[in-house]
Amino acid sequence: MVSTRPGRLLVRLQTRRGAFALDVAFETPGGVTALFGPSGAGKSLTLRHLAGLERGAQGRIELAGRTLFAGDRDIDLPPRERGVGMVFQEYALFPHMSVAANVGYGLQALARTERRGRVVDLLERVGLAGYGARRPESLSGGERQRVALARALAPEPGLLLLDEPFGALDFRVRRGLRRELRALHEATGVPMVLVTHSLAEVRELSDHLVLLDRGRVVGTGATEALLAEPPNEVAAELLGAEDL
Amino acid sequence: MEVHPLALSFQVALVATALSLVVGLPLAWLLARRALPGRDLITVLVLLPMVLPPTVLGYYLLLLIGRGGPVGQAAETLGLGRIVFTPTAAVIAAFVASVPFLVRAAQSGFERVDPAFEEAARTLGRGELSIWFTITIPLAWRGILAGVALTFARAIGEFGATVMVAGSIPGRTRTGSVAIYDAVQAGRMSEANLLAVLLTLTAAGTLYLLTRVGRAPGW
Repeated sequence: MVSTRPGRLLVRLQTRRGAFALDVAFETPGGVTALFGPSGAGKSLTLRHLAGLERGAQGRIELAGRTLFAGDRDIDLPPRERGVGMVFQEYALFPHMSVAANVGYGLQALARTERRGRVVDLLERVGLAGYGARRPESLSGGERQRVALARALAPEPGLLLLDEPFGALDFRVRRGLRRELRALHEATGVPMVLVTHSLAEVRELSDHLVLLDRGRVVGTGATEALLAEPPNEVAAELLGAEDL
Repeated sequence: MEVHPLALSFQVALVATALSLVVGLPLAWLLARRALPGRDLITVLVLLPMVLPPTVLGYYLLLLIGRGGPVGQAAETLGLGRIVFTPTAAVIAAFVASVPFLVRAAQSGFERVDPAFEEAARTLGRGELSIWFTITIPLAWRGILAGVALTFARAIGEFGATVMVAGSIPGRTRTGSVAIYDAVQAGRMSEANLLAVLLTLTAAGTLYLLTRVGRAPGW
């Protein structure tokens, strides 16, 4: 469906939210990147900046050589022009629309029959063939997450953001869904950035790791290398705790 | 044949409600979602007609749209003619008296829409206007509909301000509630009786229809 794309992501952001200061800089070559850290570290805020849902920062965001945001050059693309998809914490499925209408929402540029075909393909891909007419309220947590994934992937984004995609789920379904997400990444090639407090998710899902603490990056690199050799004490402490 | 007072009431209330939607919906959304400068002042101004005696409201309107008032004079200079004592004046009176009901109900409807839905729509490539019509309005639908029902009910019953600016010209500005007052004043009790019953039925019927519609769209 989607060919493998170069997904190099460059992020430099400084912003304030009241007393909280976010000052992060990292680069990832694509693949799956985990933003890992305790609550209040600035993970979700960073993700919202990547999506273009927050304003008033300084710095720069580049995706595959394209500038999405450059504070010094007054570039700040609105979300609809970024080509960045997002899976929200509670999925934010539109409650007044069917599953098919949710998945097709980002495809309004396509002709109706083409859109319908794409929606069927996407639902099949996330294992929900035949769910098109269902309402979000009738779905289990895991099914909702898959609909949210299909919806976010529909417009073929250049980057997929996931804000604690397993947070709202029972631990028993998490493991299966982690594998499925990884498989979805392999199949689509879409680079992903995922916010998590779970080391199990970091290990099983991510190629690259960005450790955040109190608004700052305390370690970044290939997941395996960083887990094997934390660069400093703060990072070691974060990675020593199993789940934050 | 001159327009029946009830038909006139219905027409006036319908136009006033439509105007309230056009003006009141965006305003309600702005009050619910945006950091507006002077937001409290705007809220007071918008809701004031709810608490003012309708005659006071009518008096202010008369100062504004009367032949000597700024709006009245502008209309005559532009060749639109006199506003007071026309059906237009009745619509203006009904609109000003009833629009606060729409703004209040729609605002609370908008406030209950989780902004995450609109954000999700933004990340899916939609523009703001498209999001407004496909996400925001449908999710705030109950609040908006409650507002429409209240607005229409208030507009169809408008009396005080209407008498002040539109008077009671048979077939032109004599609406149902004004006609009832005139009939009682003239001692024509059976006419007043009939009008009162019909007006009650019209209002009740409209409210019933609106609550029926309220269960349908998308939910």
